[in-house]
Amino acid sequence: MDPTTTIAVTSILTAGFTTSIGCMMPALGEGRSVASALTSLAQQPDASATITRTLFVGLAMIESTAIYCFVVSMILVFANPFWNHVITQSVEAASK
Amino acid sequence: MRLSPDQLTYWQHGFFKLNATIVFTWMVMLILIVGAKLITRNLTTEHKRSRWQNLLEIVVMAIVSQIKDVGLRNPKTYLSFLGTLFLFVAMSALCTIIPGYDPPTGSLSTTAALAICVLVAVPMFGIMDQGMKGYLKTYIEPTIIMLPFNLISEVSRTLALAVRLFGNMMSGAMIIGILLTITPFIFPIVMTLLGLLTGMVQAYIFSILAAVYIAAAVRTREPKLTPSTP
Repeated sequence: MDPTTTIAVTSILTAGFTTSIGCMMPALGEGRSVASALTSLAQQPDASATITRTLFVGLAMIESTAIYCFVVSMILVFANPFWNHVITQSVEAASK
Repeated sequence: MRLSPDQLTYWQHGFFKLNATIVFTWMVMLILIVGAKLITRNLTTEHKRSRWQNLLEIVVMAIVSQIKDVGLRNPKTYLSFLGTLFLFVAMSALCTIIPGYDPPTGSLSTTAALAICVLVAVPMFGIMDQGMKGYLKTYIEPTIIMLPFNLISEVSRTLALAVRLFGNMMSGAMIIGILLTITPFIFPIVMTLLGLLTGMVQAYIFSILAAVYIAAAVRTREPKLTPSTP
């Protein structure tokens, strides 16, 4: 394979793995935190305001790891710096 | 495919570029400023109030109560900063119902600017509250070994704030763009609704996290509760 194809294949595969693993793990974590928040809501309905706010902040923290993975895979697919580098190099080589 | 509204340029003159991010930021600012001016022009304390005044009162009182819940004792000090952050992010998410509009928060430069505002505001409120020496002392607590870690956390949470907001808003636009090519008729509308919800939640989270950071910088001075004797 020439370097362009290698870069394309590696980027696409890595983007897929990044998104899949980066969705799985935060989903597990969010499920656990929501489950325990629901349990404590059922035990103490009076503290619902505090529990809900803390839950939201915590979910945002967990969610952001998934978002990082998403951003990385988007960069790999749509704005790949290595791909652009190789393309500009080959264009320069062709124009010489 | 456009990753962010930065890449859509409307007008260019030498170094100055007028891209979609700036235009839509100005639009949101204009809506907020003109709206606030128009509503607060004739405020009353009578029993008969305008609907808009009621709306504004609900929003402001909700923000005040949220700030108070986080643990900041006089919310009025922080209301202008945190409220502006919330209203800007919420309004820029809400305006996605207008066709042809890209949320300016879907560009990393906008969210980085907002996050840097938080990065500057947290030490500022901390110094305002407990003085320069007292605030700087919080960096070397409990020991001086923690100094580099405290500095790293200061930078990394700013980065996290910026990328979180950017990623959420960008993913909303991106998912709608991808779905338009697969199932063009009904389903993108449902995803737009979900995007509105996500935008509101993100606005709430952005401002509540800023409030939590400020509270962490301010709270350390509060007098310790002495154990009450029975």
